[in-house]
Parts: sequence; C-alpha cells; structure tokens
Amino acid sequence: MIPDQAAGAVRDMPVQAAPPPVSSARLWIAILLPIVLLAGVMALIVQFDVAERFRDPAAPPTELVSVQRVLLKPEGIVATVLNESPQTVTIAQVVVDDAYWQFTADPGATLAPLRSTTLLIPYPWVAGDAHTINLLLSTGAKFTYVIPVALATPEIDGRNLWLFTLVGVFVGVIPVALGLLWFPVLRGLGRGALDGVLAFTVGLLAFLLLDGTLEALESADSLPGAYQGVALFALAAAAAYALLEIIGAWLSKRRASLRADGTASGWVLALMIAVGIGLHNFGEGLAIGSAFALGEAAFGTLLILGFTLHNATEGLAIISPMAKERPSVWTLIKLGLIGGLPTIAGAWIGGLVYSRPLAVAFLGLGVGAIAQVVVQIVRQMTFGRPVRARLLETPIAVGLFAGFVVMYVTGVILL
Amino acid sequence: MNSLTRRSWIRLAGFGTAAAGLLRSATVKGAQGAAHTPTMEHAAHAMGPIGTADLSRFNPSDFLRASNFSNLPPADRSRHYKETARPDGTTLREYEIVALDREIEIAPGVFFPAWTFNGQVPGPTIRARQGDRVRINFLNQGSHPHTMHFHGWHPPAMDGSLPEHQVPPGGSFLYEFDAEPFGTHLYHCHAAPLKRHIHKGMYGAFIVDPKDARAEADEMVMIMNGFDTDFDSDNEVYAVNTLANHYMTHPIRVEVGRPVRMHVINVTEFDLINSLHLHGMFFDVYRTGTRTTVDDHTDTVMLCQGERAVLETTFRYPGKFMFHAHQSEFAELGWMGMFEAVEPRRDT
Repeated sequence: MIPDQAAGAVRDMPVQAAPPPVSSARLWIAILLPIVLLAGVMALIVQFDVAERFRDPAAPPTELVSVQRVLLKPEGIVATVLNESPQTVTIAQVVVDDAYWQFTADPGATLAPLRSTTLLIPYPWVAGDAHTINLLLSTGAKFTYVIPVALATPEIDGRNLWLFTLVGVFVGVIPVALGLLWFPVLRGLGRGALDGVLAFTVGLLAFLLLDGTLEALESADSLPGAYQGVALFALAAAAAYALLEIIGAWLSKRRASLRADGTASGWVLALMIAVGIGLHNFGEGLAIGSAFALGEAAFGTLLILGFTLHNATEGLAIISPMAKERPSVWTLIKLGLIGGLPTIAGAWIGGLVYSRPLAVAFLGLGVGAIAQVVVQIVRQMTFGRPVRARLLETPIAVGLFAGFVVMYVTGVILL
Repeated sequence: MNSLTRRSWIRLAGFGTAAAGLLRSATVKGAQGAAHTPTMEHAAHAMGPIGTADLSRFNPSDFLRASNFSNLPPADRSRHYKETARPDGTTLREYEIVALDREIEIAPGVFFPAWTFNGQVPGPTIRARQGDRVRINFLNQGSHPHTMHFHGWHPPAMDGSLPEHQVPPGGSFLYEFDAEPFGTHLYHCHAAPLKRHIHKGMYGAFIVDPKDARAEADEMVMIMNGFDTDFDSDNEVYAVNTLANHYMTHPIRVEVGRPVRMHVINVTEFDLINSLHLHGMFFDVYRTGTRTTVDDHTDTVMLCQGERAVLETTFRYPGKFMFHAHQSEFAELGWMGMFEAVEPRRDT
C-alpha cells in the first residue's frame, strides 16, 4: 500500500464508519440485557441448588479452621480462630499440650464461614517452652497450632508506641541515613565507576525484589483461600508499579519544564527509589511489629547488627542517581526519611492492628515499587542503547553481581 | 504469622531481643517495683474438657454396673436377653446383639462416627456362670461386614475371625458355646481391617463367674478405650467406658467397708499399653480373673491391649479418690475419674 493511499483511507474512515443512529433506550437495553440474563441464570443455579446435586450425601464434611494469632497473657492463652471452611463449625474442645483444657469463646464456639472467635484458655503456659494447641471440632476434626517459644505478649498501649518507634529507627532510619553519608565519595567517581555503583544499586534492589516476593508468596500461602493471597499480592504489586510510573512521569515533566536541558533529573529517580525502598521497609516494619506483638520474638542481640548492615546499602541505592547533582543536605535528609520512616509506621500498624491479608498487600506494594525503580534505573543507565549490550559492560556486570552478593552475604550474617 | 521462615523468624528474633531489652530498661526506669510475671500463675488451673454430654442415649454410670441388659426395663430387656434353667443346673443364656452404625458422643460436644454393638460403646456386658450355654443371635445392620469374636473356649466355627466367618451387612449368625473358663474376658469384632473395626467401637466385656461364686462385692466394668477422631492413628480421646472425664463429673459412689470388684479391660488402640492407678489405697490383682489366688497387691496395674484384670479392694476412708491412667497423657486426654466413698447407710 502506498503511504498516500493509506493516509487517504484513514481520512475517509470516519465518514464510512459512521454508525447508524441508535436511540438511547435501545442502547441501554443492549447494555443491560446480558446482565439481566446473567442474573437470571444465577438465580436458577441457586434455585436448583446445582452444586448440591453433585454432592455425595455420604461425603465427609470439609471443615477448616485456623489460628490467626495467639497472645500469651497472665490469664492464659488468647487465640483468635478463623473458620475458613464454607460451613458452620463448632469448636467442642481445646487440647493444650495433650491435655483437655477449659476455655471461653467470645463471641461463641460455633462459627459461621469466615467468622472468627477469640478463645481464652486459662492454661499455665511456661515462658521459654513450646506449646501445642489442638482444636477439636464437634465432628472430631483436629487442627493444630504450635507456639514455638512462649513469651509474654506485651500489652499494647501508648508506652509501646515509642518502643516500636525506636525499633523502626534502628531498622529503617539509621541504616538508610548511614548509607546517605557515602554521598561525598560518590561525587568524586568517574563515569565508569558511577555506572558500576548504579548497577550495584540494581543488584541490591533485585535481591530485595526476590526476598520480598518470596516473603509475600509465603504469607499469601497461609491466607484462607477466599482472600486469594497470590492475586492480592500481584494486584498490590501492579498497583504500586503503575502508581510510581505515573508519579515519576509527572515529576519528570514538571522538573523538565523547569530545567533548560529538558532531561529527567537524578533527583526524581532518587525520590522514586526512596519511595520504593520506603514501601519495602514499611512491609518489613509490619512484620517486625506483628512478630513483636504476637510474642514471636526471642533472643539474639547480635542479629540486629547484621540487619543494620543489610539496610545500610539502601541509603547508597537512594543517592547513587544523584552523584552528578548538588542536592542540599535537607534534600538528602528528606530522601532518607522517605526511605526509612515507613519502617516505624509499619511497626506501629503491625504491632497494633495486625492482619495477615494487609501484610500480604503491603509486601506486594513494596515489591511493585522496587520493580518499578529497577526498571527506571536500567532505563537511565542505558539511554536507549540495547539493554543486553549495556549490562554486559564490565563495570555494570560487576556492579550488578556485587550488589546481589552483598545483600546475600549480609543476609547470611542474619542466620 | 504462623509460617515464618527460619531466616525471617530469627531475624525478627533479633529485633525482639533488642525491643525486649529496651522494654526491660524502660520497666526498670519507669515503673518501680511493678513486678512483671512473664508466666501465668498456676492458681488458675482449669483442666479437663468443657461442657456436658447428652447422657440420654448412653450413660457410662449406668453401663458401669450393668450386665445382661440389666439396665433396661424388663419389657425391653426380654427382647435382648432370655435365660432358661437347664437340667444339669446350668443356664442357657440367649442374647440378641445388633451391629449398628451410630454417632456417639465421646467428649462433651465431640461426636464420633462409631460402629457399635447395640448402638453403644462399649457393647453390652455379657455375663454367665462357668459352664452356662451362651447363644447369641448376631444381626449385622451396619454398613460393613462384622463378627463377634469371643475370648474363651469355643470351637473354631464360633471364632468369628476367618474370612468365612464374616457376617455381611444384612446378614446374621448364631454364636453358641459354653462359658469357659471363668474370668474377665472380652468380645470384639474381628473383621478386617481389625484395627479399624476395634477402634471404631466394636468391643465389650464377657465375664464368666466361677462355679463357686466369688464373695459378694460392688462389681463394676471398666473398659479402657480411646478414639482417633481424625484418623491419624493417634487417639484424641481416652476414657474408661467411652466418655472422657465422665467419672470426674459423675463420681462412682461406693461404700466404705464394702468390697469393690473392678473388671478392667484394655481395648485401647494405637497405644501399646494402658494402666489404672488408684489414689490413696491399694488393691488385689487377679490377672485375667482366671484364678482365685492373688497375683499382686499394688496401686497401679498395667495392661496390654486385650489384657484384663480383676481388681479387688475395700475403701477405708470416706471421701474422693481419683483413679486414672498413669500415662499422664492419657489421663489428661480424658482417662480420669473419681470414686466417692460414703459411710454405709444405717437403716434403723
């Protein structure tokens, strides 16, 4: 086809394709008819109880209950139990460490689908010991929950808020701030070395991406089926990715209009990385706060050092795109806070109002954000050149590898 | 958070420590003398299952002293049991036993899809005198093949164990043999798979009294059993006479000074042994009850599966005496009960 003819055809299109006039009433009928029919079909399915016709009357019931959280209090064990099955179940007896034990259930021991109840079991648990809770349903089905190490659950009150804050500062803010102190060193680097540092950052982030994804999938696995954990994770990740993409484009445009050369600034990229890492750290804080609140915290002071080292590299990741700029100290502080502060918020929320679906969603947000940041940095490094060729250049390949290895090794220290 | 990985768990453990350290220092600085006890006080013990069971269909307290359907009203009893004197002084004892699928309550609120003799677990106690003729019309109204296999002297055709002995659903069989030897025995279904047919509830006591009657005593049958409610070859509930902790909430009333004779039979599946321990006193042990000489004088007797013993004692003091398996696990999973000894009534 000759280009001119094609252009002509396109020009003529609107005239040829003009639809016949449709009355608005007809249009609405056309839209609504399939919906009405669908509703009718669904009503028929319910009316004739189609599923019931396939069911073997002798088939055993398929109960499923899970212990959502356990608190160890002076008055005993407090367990929140969720009925994950599509039928009503009754918790007839509670067995702790192979002994029947009295309990009270609030609001009751009979649970409709996806309803939960809180059991108070006045069992004399022993600090430092492991305990096993078995829930025996009226049908004899048994569900087991293990408390690996019994420690008194701290009462969640205002006094603990500053404690969570402090933990968040140790885990999130301080390491990121320490990483930012590398800024003067970065400024003195040449082009190749700087590429290497950026690649190093990508390596770090790639590790966090993997780590966060595995963590999220594992949590997703433990959710009741109705929550569709993996889909929830994917949804959150996609949302974070798209959101950062839109914000980044908007920021770049705004900045570019202010700058003579029209290029996206390193500051925008640094901000994006800070936001991504901040979301990731929020998820981490959530896990910390909830583990603390659930009493799943034991001894091992050395480990916090390992984690501080692990997170210090996050500060480096934030500043690396700005090596050729002259950000103010205040800008650096702002970026550090964006990356680190969410840990505190996460610890608060995790400690005060822990919910597993929420945790999966936040882990998803973190993963989506980091994925977007990785793509963003790679874009900046390649400047339109083929990605594969660029990634095989020595400083970049070495940087990528080193970034991943550093995260891996500092992770090993945590063991 | 019940599925933390090893790594994440230990990672969090680190923060926990740091946080706990901070908390401790805060406690010391802030709240003076506000002692924080990390462990629950033992004063608040509340052991045992909760709730009450429906005793209208099967009451272990009634089962305890019943034999040959003596717990039924005469009209009902005659449908299941008939005795006829024979010229030689022995008795012909005729029974009707029906195998039924029946849901039973094994702990308050916990139901078990049992296979039963006459709708109850343990099955009815069959009791005869040495030399009596026992004739049992066995009807299988359950959903699986079943048999009645008696411990005692009998010809092979009456053994209820071989493939040709299986009574199919809807079928029946007439078991007939002389009650020998005297002692405390048992009967159970011997259809395959044996383990399942027994743990589903198909067993009962078969007591043969010696020709020269034993001394008068308050006699009771205690069948140590267990229930695997989730079919993982491990019992969730242990008991004597099926219902967990029943005799804790309904103590067995006995009289001070009157001999007590316990026929104890172990039919617990999955565990190698079971035991009975009586608090505050000792008893004479007659292993299998087949001799009149005392085998042991103790407060704890151990029985293998299928093993049984006659225990005799006399309560010396009024008050409550606990009895339970001395395997603490079984005791705390329901195999625990109480005697309540009272002074004999003095009728004026």
